[in-house]
Amino acid sequence: MALDGQKTAYKYIGTTPDRPDGLDKVTGRARYGADISMPGMLHGAVLRSPHAHARIVKIDASKALALKGVKAVVTRADFPDGLDGEDWNLQENCMAGEKALYDGHAVAAVAATSPLIARDAVKLIEVDYEVLPHVTDVDAAMKDDAPVIREGAADFSVPEGLHPNVVRYFDSGRGDLDKGFAEADLIIERSYTTEAAHQGYIEPHACLGQMGEDGRGELWVCTQGHWFVRRMSTAVLGIETTNIRVTPSEIGGGFGGKTTVFIEPLSLALSRKTGGKPVKMVMSRNEVLRATGPTASASMDIKMGMTKDGKITAAHGTFRMQGGAFPGAPVDVTTMLAFANYDIENVHHIGYDVITNRPKQAAYRAPGAPMAAFATESTIDELCRELGLDPIDTRLKNAAREGTRATFGPKFGPIGLVETLEAAKTHPNYSAPLGPNQGRGVASGYWMNWGGETSASVAISEDGTVTVSIGTPDIGGSRASMALMAAEAFGIPYEDVRVNISDTGALGVNEPTHGSRATYASGLATIRSAEDCIGKLCKRAADKWGIDPEAVIWEDGCAKPSGPNAGEFPPMSLAEIAGEMGSTGGPISGHFEDSPAGFSGSFGTHVVDVEVDPETGRTTILRYLVVQDAGKAIHPAYVEGQFQGGAAQGIGWALNEEYIYGEDGRLQNPVFLDYRVPVASDLPMIDTVIVEVPNPGHPYGVRGVGETGITPPLPAVANAVREATGKRICNLPLRPSRVLAAIQGKG
Amino acid sequence: MSKQHITATVNGDEVEFLCDTRETLLDCLRDHAGIMGVKEGCGTGDCGACSVTLDGRLVCSCLVLGVEADGAEIGTVEGIAEGEKLHPLQRKFIEHAALQCGICTPGILVAAKNLLEKNPDPTETEIRYWLAGNLCRCTGYDKIVRAVMDAAAEMREAS
Amino acid sequence: MAEVHLWSGLRSLADGKEMVEVPGATVGQVLDSLVAAHPGLEPALQRGVSVAVDGQIVPNSRNHPVDPDSEIFLLQKLAGG
Repeated sequence: MALDGQKTAYKYIGTTPDRPDGLDKVTGRARYGADISMPGMLHGAVLRSPHAHARIVKIDASKALALKGVKAVVTRADFPDGLDGEDWNLQENCMAGEKALYDGHAVAAVAATSPLIARDAVKLIEVDYEVLPHVTDVDAAMKDDAPVIREGAADFSVPEGLHPNVVRYFDSGRGDLDKGFAEADLIIERSYTTEAAHQGYIEPHACLGQMGEDGRGELWVCTQGHWFVRRMSTAVLGIETTNIRVTPSEIGGGFGGKTTVFIEPLSLALSRKTGGKPVKMVMSRNEVLRATGPTASASMDIKMGMTKDGKITAAHGTFRMQGGAFPGAPVDVTTMLAFANYDIENVHHIGYDVITNRPKQAAYRAPGAPMAAFATESTIDELCRELGLDPIDTRLKNAAREGTRATFGPKFGPIGLVETLEAAKTHPNYSAPLGPNQGRGVASGYWMNWGGETSASVAISEDGTVTVSIGTPDIGGSRASMALMAAEAFGIPYEDVRVNISDTGALGVNEPTHGSRATYASGLATIRSAEDCIGKLCKRAADKWGIDPEAVIWEDGCAKPSGPNAGEFPPMSLAEIAGEMGSTGGPISGHFEDSPAGFSGSFGTHVVDVEVDPETGRTTILRYLVVQDAGKAIHPAYVEGQFQGGAAQGIGWALNEEYIYGEDGRLQNPVFLDYRVPVASDLPMIDTVIVEVPNPGHPYGVRGVGETGITPPLPAVANAVREATGKRICNLPLRPSRVLAAIQGKG
Repeated sequence: MSKQHITATVNGDEVEFLCDTRETLLDCLRDHAGIMGVKEGCGTGDCGACSVTLDGRLVCSCLVLGVEADGAEIGTVEGIAEGEKLHPLQRKFIEHAALQCGICTPGILVAAKNLLEKNPDPTETEIRYWLAGNLCRCTGYDKIVRAVMDAAAEMREAS
Repeated sequence: MAEVHLWSGLRSLADGKEMVEVPGATVGQVLDSLVAAHPGLEPALQRGVSVAVDGQIVPNSRNHPVDPDSEIFLLQKLAGG
């Protein structure tokens, strides 16, 4: 697609107005998942397995049901049999069947007249478990003697001879590795591990479900994607998809973790069993950490070759990832993106998706990409060090650019990696002086973005405003972006645009706010819907003037005759046309539905300075720079916010965050005190540079920016610690004890 | 189990409720007093989303029992604005894009207001340590810290 | 005939070929032709793949047009956070 017709001069795009929902969110009025109540509402609670792997011999809920105020108990027996594929995985994860597969796996759920009674009742449910051997580590789970979590879970792709816990296998590449490595002046091989990290949204999962005896009902829920919730919940319950109308609440963070279901089908099942009373369910933080999806953990082997002048000649990566007790570790994406920053002729990736006794992994910001980036960008850093090369110059020498054949196959269109590297190189942070025990790390990262099923609607209102209805929940200011794009398309003030997030009954299917797609895809749909409206507005003006609609143009928020030949008529503003539309043919609205294919990836380059305390091994972030390609920044302040938030999450994953399992297979740190996400005093200001290489597949050039930012921090921080300490640590997180051991030569 | 009758002042108004002795102040504010701006992120005092002031002192309301609030003055995010006039912190949070999802915002506003009452001219480091008990997963804190500094500067100028 | 490139894990299901030439005016037709020529690919395609046509990934778009000289890559199914 050519850039012809793409706008380059803007009136509203690129400004930073207040977000439409700002007032509600600074006054406590915004209604999140747990803030919604209904008359006659019951409260749900879930009994969870204390064992990593156990056969459920018997469940006796009689004592719980005898407790005053308890209205219903559901177990797997209340859900239909016969599901298969991912539907079965979801059902099994929402409620254990024959076996509990991880510490925290739901075994039964209760509805009662108060949250306290529901929690008391859960404790009265008696479960006989036959405890089975367990495994929680990815490498251990692939060994011959590992306990088998589920026979027959592997798909067609897995070669013979592998352990049944290996459920998917990936193999991709091109070129001649032997030839490539023979051309190298230096070859480095390293093995790396990253631990599972949780998305760590501050709002626990919460929903309010109501379903009658007829299997019809409603669900209010904090989610990134309510059409996903509708499809998944009804699949788990074995009812028709559209029997449930799902309304999204405001959402208190998701980062990929709220693109699936956990308690939603349970609340509906409980509601049905109580004769249709609404059942509210709210997870505790303990439940969120034990039973919702963290990301996968990874064990990786990388081999790369480079010439003396910095050209990468060959790259090979093996990626073993566990995503809990079900298939789905994002090793497909990991293998695709591992070397995607670079133009490499000879490249090969092997990936293993392995099941273990851990919670079912869920998507987490650029799922699969950060682990691979840690391994590959650390290896490149080591190659640069040994060869005495500048890390940015070396990346520039190898960088993918327009026309480069990506390591995963197709040719790149216009992309901005080179521009981010050049901007990082000239930024003052890259030449700031460093003191003792300090080091600088550089890394680049990529996320290919997504279009996805999208449906939007724009209505002209009688007061001259326009109302945009979209289906992607606003998780970080996207209402403001939609309003800006609508204002630009119509040529009307930002303040004259209202943005609704519609429920599943009001629009066609929308995929979630995920894959960095909301501003791209819902934005595109908003602009196209506006254009649909504009055609109709022009027609109303033409009818009034008695001229051909083709002779009317839309400019600066007004219909105008296209030229002197069209006739002499004063411009009609949107408000004027809207004000009389009731008597000129009725309501005017525009629509757009598509799975837009014009998305294009976003590259980023990060530069971080750290200081490592040689006495304690503690790493302090001194300076942090994010440079990333936004295509076109619609609301630059929220674009910066995505850059900064992604960096902070990546820093947490690099330095502190990890799932720690005990010998007993239980999660040792299911609390924010011990699962330590970055706090304000851990971080400096995070400097940002927005690079804009327009995406030709969006009318204003937008690229999604949400996910790329979490990819470079893992290697960037590790590379900085390498420079500060002289030690290459190949295992994340770089917790003080691990860094200290490395400094003391015990690592 | 018999419930306790509690009378407290919330944002200047007298509030009465019956509370189970096991319920936290957070539970009581949300479930019995309808103060939904107080959020639960962890229930263990680690995230600060439930921050309120209790007789002027900043606390996690999930670590205070409801019965302890009897006779106390409680301040929440709902009481920060004066009528129609937003507190400078509220305006600056919107202006600086200091919130993304917004779930941590009520607790952070309560905490930041409490800081500025004690220290009208805090350094960046003082703000970062004061807010270290309030987790934000979206923003990386940059714009939050800037918003607090800007609000503090405006309030100093106005006073 | 469009050129369809297979990732190496798929090649064993298509007689070891890296590139297969199959007819089709749309992505859907190309995928159907591919299965007709190499039935072993069916489970992989059923599990879901992403398709890149001349550099552009076109998810959920069986009706996306394919030119006779188009270069098509099958990619692993994509998702996002």
